[in-house]
Amino acid sequence: MAARVFRDERVAVLATLIRHVDDFQLAEDSMQDAFESALATWPRDGIPRNPAAWINVAARRRAIDRLRRNRSAADRAARLAELIRLDEQEHPTTSEASMIADDRLRLIFTCCHPALDPSAQVALTLRTLGGLTTAEIAHAFVVTEPTMGKRIARAKRKIANARIRYQVPADDEVPGRMRGVLRVVYLIFNEGYSASAGDRLTRGELCGEAIRLGRLLVELMPGEADAWGLLALMLLHDARRAARTGTGGYVALADQDRTLWDHAQIADGLRALERAVRFHRPGQYQLQAAITALHIQAADPDATEWAQIAGLYAALGRLSPSAVVEVNHAAAVGFAEGPQAGLELLRLLLADPALQHYQPMHAAHAELLNRVGDRPAAAHAYQQAIALTQNAVTRAELQRRLAALKVK
Amino acid sequence: MSQYLVLLYAPEGDEAEELRRWSQLPLWLELTEGLREAGLLVANGALHRTESATTVRVRNGETEMTDGPFAVTKEVLAGFYLLDCDGLDEALRHAARFPTAEFGSVEVRPIMGPGDIPVAG
Repeated sequence: MAARVFRDERVAVLATLIRHVDDFQLAEDSMQDAFESALATWPRDGIPRNPAAWINVAARRRAIDRLRRNRSAADRAARLAELIRLDEQEHPTTSEASMIADDRLRLIFTCCHPALDPSAQVALTLRTLGGLTTAEIAHAFVVTEPTMGKRIARAKRKIANARIRYQVPADDEVPGRMRGVLRVVYLIFNEGYSASAGDRLTRGELCGEAIRLGRLLVELMPGEADAWGLLALMLLHDARRAARTGTGGYVALADQDRTLWDHAQIADGLRALERAVRFHRPGQYQLQAAITALHIQAADPDATEWAQIAGLYAALGRLSPSAVVEVNHAAAVGFAEGPQAGLELLRLLLADPALQHYQPMHAAHAELLNRVGDRPAAAHAYQQAIALTQNAVTRAELQRRLAALKVK
Repeated sequence: MSQYLVLLYAPEGDEAEELRRWSQLPLWLELTEGLREAGLLVANGALHRTESATTVRVRNGETEMTDGPFAVTKEVLAGFYLLDCDGLDEALRHAARFPTAEFGSVEVRPIMGPGDIPVAG
């Protein structure tokens, strides 16, 4: 119980404490101290009426203790004086209250600062905003705990030494920095959803964490259209997690048991998508969410609005061109206008030397070849795709499709 | 305020390329003047070509000198600015304005303050 209440309150308290002590590590260590003291006293004395205020005071006093002991800390006297002043203040002033509302934004923008290595941005976000332990993050990204520990420590050192200010970026920098924040959250989600290595197709805890972060972003920045788009996208994908891995093997969208979908979460995702659409500024996540929504809303796979989907992929390709989008566009056109039209689009990609090792392109090629009835070519394309697949579950599915081809 | 050394790295061009780059001198002067007026500029300088560099090492009490830069790389240090900024973001904003950012690389390094020197215990 104490652990759960603590978890709910910790981000807000930590975000403010970092501003007060001007030191990530000191703030985190002090939060850990406060957490331990909550675990010791709350079960005995009961949970305080205002847990956030309790944690705030406890963590600040531990920070004062730690600063008193650490004689080498930079600006020690000034920071101590400020903390003691705050501690003596009975009620925070109004300006302090609005500062506190912004602290979580400061924390998000600092963890996702582009001067930090992308992998460090992800790790630091999970550590400070998600409250995951270093061991949990290391496990999720399949690296050793010391490696992950060093990555996080290095990021904190860079924040301190290079003086990355604890602030929300200037107005003209917000759009670019916001894209970076959304990318970090999406990276976390994708790592959980598609598991780049190993046998498990999904790692639910990462997906759940990314969705929590997505909800926090729209709460703090309700005017960011694509933050809503990203939340919608994550909710809609995650809602189909159970159906995607139902029997241990990969289940393609068309074959999924729709009763396994989380329909409440789908409704939640569609509401977020509506919020995004209202801004009339379709961003990359909103477009992807709209595509997913069309797949979900089709009563059965044959009733899918492929022409609309193809149009959305075309828009997505103009906004952020990538091989993934091009391949999916070709596949959608293959359904909307026939496999020959899809093959026509794919031909350009197949000729690109840079894409020869791109597994989804070969898998899509195989599907289209199969549908025009060229089975030997389809088999060859499946074999190419299988050779390029690292994920055991996806490989098993491709092998199943290859085998089905031979029986026909 | 913190100090940042902004290091300008660029491939060493041939004579025509050097002339083309120096034709941007008015832009450099304008940038430098802007930084000075804003009170951010501590020092700056353009460097002669690396062929004029001498690298000094003292090993076992012997001073060794090598003709040339300490390492041969495609992009070489061509100039520097020492700036006084309110945090990394401000330093990075200025770093992106130097023409070198478009044809070379600009490295931003925080300068250590007295409080950053590690103390044992």
